[in-house]
Order: sequence, then structure tokens, then C-alpha cells
Amino acid sequence: MRPPSPSIPEREFLLSALKQNLRLDGRDFLEIRPIQLSFGPELGWVECSLGKTRVLAHIDAKMVKPQPERPFEGVITIHSEISPMASSEFELGRPSEEEVTITRMLDKVIRRSDVVDKESLCILAGQRVWHLRLTIHCLSDSGNLLDCACLASIVALKHFRRPDVEVIGEEVTVVCSNPFFVQPLEPQLDYLPSLQHEPTSRAPIPLSLHHTPYCFTFAFFSDASINPVLDPSLLEQRLNEGLISIALNAQRELCVVQKSGGVPLEPADVLKIVNFAVQKAKILDTFVESRLREDWQGRSVEVR
Amino acid sequence: MSSRIEILNAGGYRSDGRRQYELRTINIDLFPQGSAADGFATLSHGLTQVSVCVFGPREAKLRSQTFHDRANVNIEVGIAAFSSSERRRRGRGDKRILEISQTLKSTFDPVIQSSLYPRSQIDIYVQVLQQDGGLLQACINATTLALANAGIPLTDFVCAVTSGVHSTSPLLDLTLLEENDLPNVTVAVMPRSGKVSLVTMETRLHVDRFEEIFRLAGEAGKIIHAEMKKAVKDRTERLVAPMQSLGRPATGENDY
Repeated sequence: MRPPSPSIPEREFLLSALKQNLRLDGRDFLEIRPIQLSFGPELGWVECSLGKTRVLAHIDAKMVKPQPERPFEGVITIHSEISPMASSEFELGRPSEEEVTITRMLDKVIRRSDVVDKESLCILAGQRVWHLRLTIHCLSDSGNLLDCACLASIVALKHFRRPDVEVIGEEVTVVCSNPFFVQPLEPQLDYLPSLQHEPTSRAPIPLSLHHTPYCFTFAFFSDASINPVLDPSLLEQRLNEGLISIALNAQRELCVVQKSGGVPLEPADVLKIVNFAVQKAKILDTFVESRLREDWQGRSVEVR
Repeated sequence: MSSRIEILNAGGYRSDGRRQYELRTINIDLFPQGSAADGFATLSHGLTQVSVCVFGPREAKLRSQTFHDRANVNIEVGIAAFSSSERRRRGRGDKRILEISQTLKSTFDPVIQSSLYPRSQIDIYVQVLQQDGGLLQACINATTLALANAGIPLTDFVCAVTSGVHSTSPLLDLTLLEENDLPNVTVAVMPRSGKVSLVTMETRLHVDRFEEIFRLAGEAGKIIHAEMKKAVKDRTERLVAPMQSLGRPATGENDY
């Protein structure tokens, strides 16, 4: 069952507010809701929230045999399921249109644009490679789930550290057997497993990433007097008549541009939006870097 | 795979003998061969071939799928197992097929004047027969033609074209070989207003380069529009000619 679409008064209210250059939550048209990144005790466990939209991304790594046609490359898989937990609009089992869009977009942003250096995940050519599994849980949807999911995934990839391994001949030994036990400084130090204190253990290794793309979604309305809206809220997302999603990194490289149908735009407007996203990506990049640094300083890694 | 083939050689020719800005041969067939469809189009860009059937506006099979104020546009895409060099069956639930049909739907929803046909349904069946790059482009162009052929009122043509960039030189209308190696953009333009209704890019590219090939694709869309318009006019003339020989006045394209 589909939930009812927004009522006519709601619609009129939103559109007339937008016409007066006002957004219902008081933001500027090109302003993103406050971003919060919180990191779990494990490395590669990130909860990202854009306003009330919350997404949890989690990465784990295990060793597998590589695909025979790509013996030097690690494997990355993305698992995302949008459960009815996020919003009553989603059903279990059957993927909704929005879910297809989000999954395909994540696939393009993270896998097709080569974020992770796959060859660096190789342990022993043709025998052993790392398999990274990115799981995305959408905890609550109040608009713009896509940007939030992309940001959470990228930050999780940057936050994650894989165990170090030692290869002697054909034998692979994990020398930092569980990087997830790199714990926050103060509490529960007493019952930490003794693994990291072993004389052979080494610090876990960050993934080698080629670049860090961030995704920005703009919503359009068919009324020409309404300007494009960045980071649409739930109501804006339901009522918009066209979306454009742009994924790009701080080095001014576009990774994905996706505007499938909807209200047609002037070519100049498209380029204007792209250039605006370039500036936003730089700001977001410095924010993410500083949050990651803060988190890392709060953790202890003992290497002996 | 294609590392040994030069994409653009020193003489300025591409692997299939075209120049940088040259489009592939466009073949348009608007004459239904034993099809009961209301509108029909087979279009090929070089070796990419797509066939589209349009049924409707007709009564919806399911009452629940109708809208009281406009027609419901239903698009189904099928990719033939034999269409690519590797035989591969794609089911209906395939993510890529779902994405193409969703893209087509959101591209054509604002273009079709569906409010003229309340409580009815327009079915569009897209069948991909051969794939050699520019799949989305061919699907969009063929659907536009089939809709025009069915006499469904559109606000404008939608003309799509892909363009890519090889180091610093832009190329138009990429083949599969070029598409796999180069960053590429698919742009759909509406020639009357000059506006862009679809932009997709899936590979890494610098912003400045993007601007260049984006503008180029916009220009190329106009050339494709000329071809498509010619095909629609030819078809209409063929339909009108017999009427004139009978001495009946020709009233319009749908009068048959």
C-alpha cells in the first residue's frame, strides 16, 4: 500500500513559500542541513545524519579467493536495504523506485568511479584477496536519503582500517588479527582482548582510496520562479518535479551526474549547479577530514 | 580489452573510421511490419538497434492504475539476450533494466501531454535488438519517434546523444569500445526550447572537460532532431499521399 501523497494545502503551502524564497525549515535554498557524523567503537562503523535523515554504514573485511578473471583485485560489495523502519513508504522485499535509484547511484559512486584501489586489497595473487562488504542501513528517511547514504559510505571507507597481514611463502598470517579492537581511549580498557598487545601485532592499515566523492542532490520545481533547492527535505522530495544528483570530489572531478528526466533545464543552469557543487564539495571535504582526525585522536593504538 | 586499438589516431580518425564530431549512420523505420501497435519505430545508431511499440491511449487493464486527471504512462524495457557480443539473459528484475525504464519514464512523463487522456493508459514497449554503445540514447530517440508515430501529443522532441572525451579531444556518438574506455555523458535535449531534460555521466571527469562535452552534446542533439523530424515528415507524407489521390482533403497526420 502506498501512503497518501501530500495533501493539496500542504502542496500549495510549500510552493507558495518557495515562491517567496522561503523554505519550510528556514534554510537557504542552497544550504545543507547540519551534518552529524558519529563513529562507533569499531573502525568502519559510521552513523551519518542530515537533519533527521539518518544512515548507518558499516564495513567489514574478510579474506576470499579472487575472481579467476581478476586475480590481482579485491572485491567490494554493497548491501543496502531500505526497510520500512526508515519510512512507511518502503516495503520489505520489493524494491521501490527510490530504492533502485539509491542502490544504483551508490554502486556508481563507490564502485564504478574507483574509490578504493582494488589492487591494494590483493594479498596473494590468485589466492587471497580482501573482500570489503559495505552494509548500509537506512535508519530514518526525512528526505535526501541518497546524499546521506553516500556520505556515510565514503566516511566509513575512510574510517575503516583493515588488519595487516604477513605473507611468508604461500602462508598468510594476520598480524593484527582484529583491527576492530582499536577502542576509544578511556573506558573498558581492562577487558580488551590481549591481541593488540602481542609482540607481533601491528597497527591496522587504512584503505588506499583514489579519491573521495561526495554526492549533492538538487530538486527543481516546474514553476520557473522557484530556484533549485539543495538537499530536499521529505516534503520537497515528494513534491519536486525533477532531481539532479551530482557526485564529485574536492579535486573538481565529477564522478556521477544524474538527471533523469523531470523538468527540463537550461544548459547554463546545469553548469551553474555543477560549479556550485564544486564549492560545496571542498567545504564538506574539510569538514569530514577534521571529524575523522578528531575521532582518530580519541582512539588508542598500541603497537609494540 | 581494447588497449591495443587506438581510439583516436594521429590522423584524427576513430576506430571505426569516423572523425571526432561525426555521428554514426542513423536509420529510422516508422512503418510497422505486421505489428498491431498504434505507434512503431525501429531506430539504429550504427550497430545499436532499438525497436519501440506504443499502444494507446487505451483503457487501462487495471482500474487501480488509472489517474483521474491524466493518462498513466507505462514503459517496459527488454534487452534481447542476443543483443551483445556475449549472450546474456537479463530478467525483468535486473537493476540495469529497471534503471533504464525508470529513466525513460521520468524523461517522457513531462513531455507527453498526458492530461489530454484522463483515466487511460499509454503502454510503451522498448526492445533492444543490438547493443554497440549509446543504449540510452537509442532508447530515448526511438521512443520519441514511436510516440510521434502513434499520434500522441508531445510538447517537444526529445533527442539524446552521447559524447565523450579522449584525453583532451571530445568525441561524439560513442561505440561500445569507446564507451568502455572513455568518460562519457548522455544528454537529452528538447530542441524547441533548447533545454536539457536528461544528463547522465558515470565516469570520472574534470569539471572543465564536462562543460565542453556537455555543450557539444547539446549541439549534436539538434542534428539528430533534424533527422528525426525528416523521418516523421516522410512517414506522414506517405500516409497522406493515398488520400490526396482519392480526392479527399488531407486533414492531418492521424487521419488514417
